[in-house]
Amino acid sequence: MKDLLRYLKNYKLYSVLAPLFKLLEAAFELIIPLVVAAIVDRITAVEEGTFTQGDGTTFVIWMCLILVGLGIIGLISAVSAQYFAAKAAVGFSKELRSDLFGKMQSLSYSEIDGLGTSAMITRMTSDVNQIQTGVNLVLRLFMRSPFIVFGAMIMAFVLSAAAGGVFALTIAVLFVVVFGIMLITIPMYKKTQGNLDKVTKATRETLVGSRVVRAFCKEEDEIKGYDSRNAVLTASQKGVGKISALMNPLTYAIINAGIILLIYVGALKVDSGSLTQGEVIALYNYMSQILIELIKLANLIITVTKCFASAGRVNEILNMNPSLVHTAVAEIVENMPFISFNNVSMKYNKGGMEALSGISFTAEKGQTIGIIGGTGSGKTTLVNLIPHFYDASEGEVFIGGQNVNSLGDEKLREMCGVVPQRAVLFKGTIRDNLRWGNEDASDDEIMQAVNYACASDVVQSKPDGLDEAVEQGGKNFSGGQRQRLTIARALVRKPEILILDDSASALDYATDARLRNNLRLLDYNPTVFIVSQRTSSIHHADKILVLDGGKLVGCGKHDELLDSCQVYREIYESQYGKEGAKA
Amino acid sequence: MKKANSGSQMRIIKRVIKQLKRYIPAVCLSIFLALLTVVGNLAAPILFGNAIDLIVDAGKVDFTCIFYYFILCGAIVVATSLAQWLMNVINNHVVYSVVKDVREEAFIRLQKLPLKYIDGHSYGDIVSRCVADVDQFADGLLMGFTQLFTGVLTILGTLVLMFMFNWIIALAVFVITPLSLFVAKFIASRTYSMFKKTTALRGEQTGFIEEMIGNLKVVQAFGREDENQQKFDGINEELTKASLASTFYSSLTNPCTRFVNAVVYAAVALSGALTLIYPSVLPVSFSVGKLTTLLSYSNQYTKPFNEISGVLTELQNAIACAGRIYELIDEPCEVPDAADAVELGTVSGDVAFLDVEFCYEPEKPLIKGLNISAKAGQRIAIVGPTGCGKTTLINLLMRFYDPVSGEITVDGNEIKGVTRHSLRKNYGMVLQDTWLKSGTIRDNIVIGKPDATDEEVIAAAKAAYSHNFIMQLADGYNTVIGEDGGSLSQGQKQLLCITRIMLCLPPMLILDEATSSIDTRTEMKIQSAFSKLMQGRTSFIVAHRLSTIKEADLILVMNNGNIIEQGTHDELMQANGFYNRLYNSQFAG
Repeated sequence: MKDLLRYLKNYKLYSVLAPLFKLLEAAFELIIPLVVAAIVDRITAVEEGTFTQGDGTTFVIWMCLILVGLGIIGLISAVSAQYFAAKAAVGFSKELRSDLFGKMQSLSYSEIDGLGTSAMITRMTSDVNQIQTGVNLVLRLFMRSPFIVFGAMIMAFVLSAAAGGVFALTIAVLFVVVFGIMLITIPMYKKTQGNLDKVTKATRETLVGSRVVRAFCKEEDEIKGYDSRNAVLTASQKGVGKISALMNPLTYAIINAGIILLIYVGALKVDSGSLTQGEVIALYNYMSQILIELIKLANLIITVTKCFASAGRVNEILNMNPSLVHTAVAEIVENMPFISFNNVSMKYNKGGMEALSGISFTAEKGQTIGIIGGTGSGKTTLVNLIPHFYDASEGEVFIGGQNVNSLGDEKLREMCGVVPQRAVLFKGTIRDNLRWGNEDASDDEIMQAVNYACASDVVQSKPDGLDEAVEQGGKNFSGGQRQRLTIARALVRKPEILILDDSASALDYATDARLRNNLRLLDYNPTVFIVSQRTSSIHHADKILVLDGGKLVGCGKHDELLDSCQVYREIYESQYGKEGAKA
Repeated sequence: MKKANSGSQMRIIKRVIKQLKRYIPAVCLSIFLALLTVVGNLAAPILFGNAIDLIVDAGKVDFTCIFYYFILCGAIVVATSLAQWLMNVINNHVVYSVVKDVREEAFIRLQKLPLKYIDGHSYGDIVSRCVADVDQFADGLLMGFTQLFTGVLTILGTLVLMFMFNWIIALAVFVITPLSLFVAKFIASRTYSMFKKTTALRGEQTGFIEEMIGNLKVVQAFGREDENQQKFDGINEELTKASLASTFYSSLTNPCTRFVNAVVYAAVALSGALTLIYPSVLPVSFSVGKLTTLLSYSNQYTKPFNEISGVLTELQNAIACAGRIYELIDEPCEVPDAADAVELGTVSGDVAFLDVEFCYEPEKPLIKGLNISAKAGQRIAIVGPTGCGKTTLINLLMRFYDPVSGEITVDGNEIKGVTRHSLRKNYGMVLQDTWLKSGTIRDNIVIGKPDATDEEVIAAAKAAYSHNFIMQLADGYNTVIGEDGGSLSQGQKQLLCITRIMLCLPPMLILDEATSSIDTRTEMKIQSAFSKLMQGRTSFIVAHRLSTIKEADLILVMNNGNIIEQGTHDELMQANGFYNRLYNSQFAG
């Protein structure tokens, strides 16, 4: 949390003023019992004849006006405090959110994999909101509640040391009870939450699997399993309920015991003449004020605990150091193999399995490289190393004779047009999406890329053409349409290296063929990497890399591989049958 | 509109009360305890006031009487605390028990709902009804129990006592307090639109975050970080403005009501003091101690007002939630098995569709006049473009849905006349959407045959080519997998689902794109295992890759809900129709 305080820097004044005004309000609240005491004492004086009725009335009216006046001042200071607190908390979270978003964007693929996107989204949204609520509440209450509690005690000490002692004792006991109950129940609530999560999971699971559950006639088993979880949840809810049910009755009893003690001490003091009746009433009122504030304080502490937990999680991200480092910008050397892998191995986690091991190959400018292999054979990993999305764990990846980590981040990414496996479009128009490839592309250039990507019918079929709105995730386009548009997006960039990571899987065979043909016609002659499960998508490639379990088991042209590479032959046969392989 | 709404609210409330029936004695006891609590709460300040009245001045303190009040007070406070605690415990017990019943009812209903309902609603919606709504309902109910009743009683009791003590003060309080409610309401109605704006902007921002952080890899690949940051900061700035307004204005409620309370307090002090100074004007017996009592009442009196308005919104919310849960619980069940439904033994596997008509929505007829006849042991393949009705056929076979008209028979028995369980036990089904429950690998494999021995499990796994990868997992067959298979790949999950079937070996098989996520090499191996398995078993196969179904005895080519061609691969290829085109398009290019 401490690290996050820097986001309050621009709101220093507000964050000091807010609690200050809160203190002011509390201070005025503490005066009220004194005013009431004065009224009471004056009444007694009138009754005893020390003052006339008229004098008493004027005094009482003045005092009541003071009470209202105190209320107004209290209102003004409270409103100012709320404003400053809101201003500081909202500003704080604005800067935090902006920074966090920037930080997340700077993370490299490995960190994104490690965190998981859903966790990142939670950090950005609910965690930041939790922190904002915490900051706001702390600014408002953290000074006020203790101030009232201890202020009341101090006022009591001022009126009478013995009464102050009663206050100190009562507060101490209340403190122990309130925080004791909190300490006991917080972990219990956590456990209850865990049990609730289990019930949620069971419900979700049975829904998702409703067909399988019914196919295997497991309805009764599901209900039995659920009932036991439900029973555990109910038991833990009742358990924690029993303890937190103690909070109100116990605090009530303690405060009232304190009051009895207070009146007794007050009675002794009045009897001996060192305290007035009005002052006893004032003490009595102070005591009542304490309880409310203490409960508020307890709630505040719960919020703060949650806020700290969120802050810890957010900080974890803010303190991450992107593991990818792009050093000085090296110049690309001509006359070298354009891209070469030199004994490259890749592990996603330290100590984990190697996703790629000992890969070496070269690719010349303008060549088409096909990459094929079963699921989990390392195809995507291999292409992700080219734009330096990950660091190779061993070996080097060169582009134009330079290690990729010595090429500037921006320059490298500009050279590459990537079409990822999952075809994602973003909210906006088709044009907005395609301009991701190149912000300055003209409509002609865009349409050219669209044509090459066999997506012209997609654009033409929409009433608004390039201005057609795209919903979040591209939901209003079919899988095949999305794939073609993402290919167009990469082509708008006119990249030197084009990477198609299984990006034609949703296209029918004819369109796939047309697309491959078009890629050969591109006038800027990019080096193309095509990852696919289909041999038909890559059989024309200048070089085919066959991967199996992260190892390069074959490298060559289609015909050579059919003869020399068993894995390739098996893949081919599984798709075309034995006759096809012979043909 | 509003009337209809309140009518349905009444229905829900009645329903909740009915649900509470079992706990009526407990609820009555709770109400009685609440009454005790309120009486105790109101009595204590009176006694303290009386005690303070006895502390007049130096030497004028009646200690014997004070002690008498102390003992009385002590007893009342202890009794009140006990009553309050017992009340809380009882309320907890009742609410959580009711909620448990409701959750259970909802879950049982989930098992009986027609798949039409489950398919037609998002899982998120149903889950939130079964969990979040129930939870919210519990919170509201609990708050209603503990606070509504005591709150109302406290207000009434305080007012009555105030009038008894000093009607002038009571009148002053009575006139001013509604002001507090008015102020709170005024602020709430003003902030509502601000909150709506904040929520909308927050939604927009969350959407943007989900989109960009969710696809961060694409963002980075295209170097869009700066543009995104700019756009984000733009939304952020607007959100900040809206959020400042709504946070600030909503936080005004407390200071404002506190101010009203201060005015009430001053009014009590003033009117009380004046009646004391001019005792002759008013024929009420009043004292300084009573003034103290009333001052403490005026504090106590405004509190439940604020609480009750909170409780009422909470209750309204709870009723809405209860309504959503009851809506789910009241959904009609699947048509139950007929009373005279036959228990189907192990079948030989003749399956026939006679004139079957089916649709998901009445206005969109899907299948009309469908006739299929599959002899025992035949392999039936179903092919066709997406949305042609392949999966529907499976839904009908398994009786996940019932045909609108016509009949489906297994071994000559109309399947509507046999129990669902006995019908489904005769099928082994592997779907494209794999489903694994959280538990061990073994738990997932033995789902169709819970008493299988380890040897049988391993043999099945070997037959389905899952043994190797299972052995590579940390704990082999005892590896615990999370919700929906956790870290397993889609292909591995499909292998496990196939293993299930390999273990229980039912007489009929349904394979719906069962190998779609498995790479073609492994698929080829599994296909040979399937071929062995399918010997003598009637099997229905839906496949995308046509090469995998060439050996089928009968290929049904579907389009738009109808079978447009049927026959063997060779016959269909010769017919030079739809199938021929579909098949050849795979090899184009």
